[in-house]
Amino acid sequence: MQNKIYDTLIIGAGIVGCSVARYLSKYKGGIAVLERKEDVCCGTSKANSGIVHAGFDAKHGTLMALYNVRGSRMYPKLSEELDFKYENNGSIVLCLSEEDRPKLVSLYENGVRNGVFGLRIVERDELLTLEPHISDEAVCALYAPAGGIVCPFDATFAMAENAAHNGAEFFFDTKVTDIVREDELWKVVTTRGSYLTRTVVNAAGCYSDVFHNMVSSSKIKITPRRGEYFLLDRTAGGYVSHTIFRLPGKMGKGVLVTPTVHGNILVGPTAEDIDDKDDVSTTADGLDKIRLQSALSIKDLPLNKTITSFSGLRSHEAGHEFIIGEPEDAEGFFDCAGIESPGLSAAPAIGEDIATMIADKLNLEEKEDFDPYRTGILDPLTLDEDRLNELIKVRPDYGKIICRCESVTEGQIRDAIRRIPGARSIDGVKRRVRAGMGRCQGGFCSPSVMEIIADELNCDISDVTKKGQGSEIILGENKVL
Amino acid sequence: MTCYEVVVIGGGPAGLAAAISAYENGCRSILLIERDKKLGGILNQCIHNGFGLHTFKEELTGPEYADRYSRRFYETGADLMLQTTVLDISEDKVIRAINEKDGLVTVKAKAIVLSMGCRERSRGALNIPGTRPAGVYSAGTAQKLVNIDGKMPGKKVVILGSGDIGLIMARRMTLEGAKVLAVVELMPYSGGLKRNIVQCLEDFDIPLYLSHTVTKVEGENRVEAVTVSEVDENRKPIQGTEIRYECDTLLLSCGLIPENELTQGLGASMNKVTNGPVVDSDLETSIPGVFACGNVLHVHDLVDFVSEEASDAGRNAAMYAAAEPRYKVKTKIPVKFSKEIRYTVPSSVVLAGISEDIKLRFRVGNIYRYKKVTALAGDRVLAKKIRKVMTPGEMEEIVLPIGKLKDIKGALEITITVEDND
Amino acid sequence: MTKKELTCIGCPMGCEIEVMLEDDGRIASVTGNTCRRGDVYARKEIEAPRRIVTSTIKVTGSLEGASCVSCKTETDIPKEKIFDVISELKGTSLPCPVKIGDIVLSNAAGTGVDVIATSNVR
Repeated sequence: MQNKIYDTLIIGAGIVGCSVARYLSKYKGGIAVLERKEDVCCGTSKANSGIVHAGFDAKHGTLMALYNVRGSRMYPKLSEELDFKYENNGSIVLCLSEEDRPKLVSLYENGVRNGVFGLRIVERDELLTLEPHISDEAVCALYAPAGGIVCPFDATFAMAENAAHNGAEFFFDTKVTDIVREDELWKVVTTRGSYLTRTVVNAAGCYSDVFHNMVSSSKIKITPRRGEYFLLDRTAGGYVSHTIFRLPGKMGKGVLVTPTVHGNILVGPTAEDIDDKDDVSTTADGLDKIRLQSALSIKDLPLNKTITSFSGLRSHEAGHEFIIGEPEDAEGFFDCAGIESPGLSAAPAIGEDIATMIADKLNLEEKEDFDPYRTGILDPLTLDEDRLNELIKVRPDYGKIICRCESVTEGQIRDAIRRIPGARSIDGVKRRVRAGMGRCQGGFCSPSVMEIIADELNCDISDVTKKGQGSEIILGENKVL
Repeated sequence: MTCYEVVVIGGGPAGLAAAISAYENGCRSILLIERDKKLGGILNQCIHNGFGLHTFKEELTGPEYADRYSRRFYETGADLMLQTTVLDISEDKVIRAINEKDGLVTVKAKAIVLSMGCRERSRGALNIPGTRPAGVYSAGTAQKLVNIDGKMPGKKVVILGSGDIGLIMARRMTLEGAKVLAVVELMPYSGGLKRNIVQCLEDFDIPLYLSHTVTKVEGENRVEAVTVSEVDENRKPIQGTEIRYECDTLLLSCGLIPENELTQGLGASMNKVTNGPVVDSDLETSIPGVFACGNVLHVHDLVDFVSEEASDAGRNAAMYAAAEPRYKVKTKIPVKFSKEIRYTVPSSVVLAGISEDIKLRFRVGNIYRYKKVTALAGDRVLAKKIRKVMTPGEMEEIVLPIGKLKDIKGALEITITVEDND
Repeated sequence: MTKKELTCIGCPMGCEIEVMLEDDGRIASVTGNTCRRGDVYARKEIEAPRRIVTSTIKVTGSLEGASCVSCKTETDIPKEKIFDVISELKGTSLPCPVKIGDIVLSNAAGTGVDVIATSNVR
């Protein structure tokens, strides 16, 4: 048992947990984030569409609608403060038949009620000027200029790093196994010892029902809803420039086609409710479905340029609503449960609100020295020639390209590992600086990345993992297995 | 800005042969740029034997073959930049490259030889369903770990793809102590050499399953099992044929893709079949003065042919840089071919000023037995050869003799046909 | 008489060759090959199959940080000795520098054939 009593323990280092940590680190108080995986951004935040939704979709009057619109409006400033990529590329919802036009109109009206700026319905002619590869079936569309895209990894790392910079602690490989009331405090039992805290934030994604149900008698149920995706090479970039949805159906928004902030094209997700809260495998059926569905929106999408397919989970709450705040029978326990799409869009607003709620509850004072800024990992190739050469004189490793597909230098990889919290695995490096994210998927660079990780962490190359303990790359030496 | 007559990009077998040939053809201003710390490219990790039978009439290992060319390269005294990555090339042949020592460097070339090689098709591009644990590697990545670092990336291994690297790695992993459970090939025939099937699989009783593929990967952190299914004639998995292998590693040897990002950045016309640039019989791309050879042009089976092709590219680059008039205005006679053939390199022939026979390399799309391959200009036969067997896995060639070529001025196209040999 | 089946490696044809063996092990017939190379290959493969073995061997004191160097048997060795050669290599290491052609293991597994380095390591 640790002697220290925390003001807040946050369960889960995804976008929501890190956002809470970031906004809460404005206040004086001891904060720690407990994460069962080896790094930030390993659960639902890892694999999603990377969309900042404008907010027309969530039903008016719901928390989803409220937080979505507020969150999406926070992104432009936040991306400047925290130096992550955000692009206001605009969204389009396609209507494929005149019959469905009334549905599109009600979507428009819902959006207007939610307070989304700039919404309008565009007819086919204008649609074609916005997106030339749109399906022949598309008759009209809802255009939402407020829609945007972010890199979900980058946004989460930015929040986490800024929180850490302002005093939040992070504990990885730390799985919470129990939460019990101890007098005025909560005792959080983990696989790495117990922690005492005044408040707990439940930002555990698909596991948020487990923790909620440990402390409250009003039970909730979170169903993992799996979504599969294709990621296309950057040579397919530019095929679409807006985020393109189809009119939502019963199982979510259907398959979307969107550019990413890194210039790839992302296609997906499917929507399949499953039992296993960790099952992020892809299926032949799911991948087939994406092929068929995407063809309904976009003509001749170059799926032959697929560089990877993956799947992610959305933490779907039975009532399809965010559960935010304290349950009546669990004072000091703050839920951020059921945060499925538009969770990424909503995360900054949720983080800000939970932080305010906790600060009010614990009478936390604001810090005088809170630093809202974070500088991202420098990409040396964005510098002009003179500045780049000056930099390489001081840091020669910025002159050595390790990942050829994404042009990532050794310097960036070392920076990724040296960050707080820093990368400790090949995937951790990949998500921070994109080494191995390109068309060869780490075929060439992973042995070099392993050497750099071993060097930085001062460990043997055999101890380097893909994504934490149990995922070591090397199993022995030649002739000694 | 430093200027060179010829800049060669990539110091593998193609780049080395091209640079040496440029020197031998009189060029004295040559720069070779290589991103690794050593010349030789991927040959350095191909420690098995079987290289150089055509070139040196003896059987060498990859590093030995690379060493022979490296030494010849060093003898030329040409300039070399190691551990340097080319970022881009402009149409006026200004090359931007970067390294630790010099930072960002720009070099101007009169002629460029592209010899960047190829990469392996990744798991993502294959869309194998299942989890994404550690333990799924391309055969080449495993080859690097085992042969260069002396580290074993797996103990119980299934290999998808029966290309030569996959077969070679089946033997290497076995010799170093791993158990290779199966090699699985989607096609009804292997893409690898017969010799490798016998000496890498049969010698070690490793089963080869043709018309099969991997349909599922299991394991959260590390591969725990893969499922293999038979496929029908449309290469779709057949339900009910699944076999599950408990293993910790899946190696992928499912094809090589020329690495043409620089070429495409340059705006050169590309061949959709080879994924390499379109070249004429001088191995010149659609960008004047930019030549291509080796696996960046089309994937080869034998390094000897890479060296030979690269040597031609190097000679042409040297002559272009020396302002030989024949490169100024070219009349290109297109090469057409019958449906059995997937592509030819080159895809056009330039007759003016030729001094040697022209070798056309091509691949067929299926297995063909007892065929006659004929090269025609109109109804004039330029060359013909009888092939007992042609397979997609083995590159074919037909030589158009200079004597015959000189007689076909004015021909509109050259055609390669494949017919039954009665 | 016993029958042995082989795939010829002489060319891409890959002829399926049948070799009939007398009870004393002598070759009675070779059939299925379409050229003379197949006959030669089959006889050698039955009577005394031989292979070149390539592997790696540990090195110490490398200036470039190498942990092993590639090597091969200088000529082919009897096929059944492959794993004996590998296990002799297992217990061996040698100091750097190593040059192509350096003997890293002499008379490997009693075959009379040396194992030599196939790359240069500083």
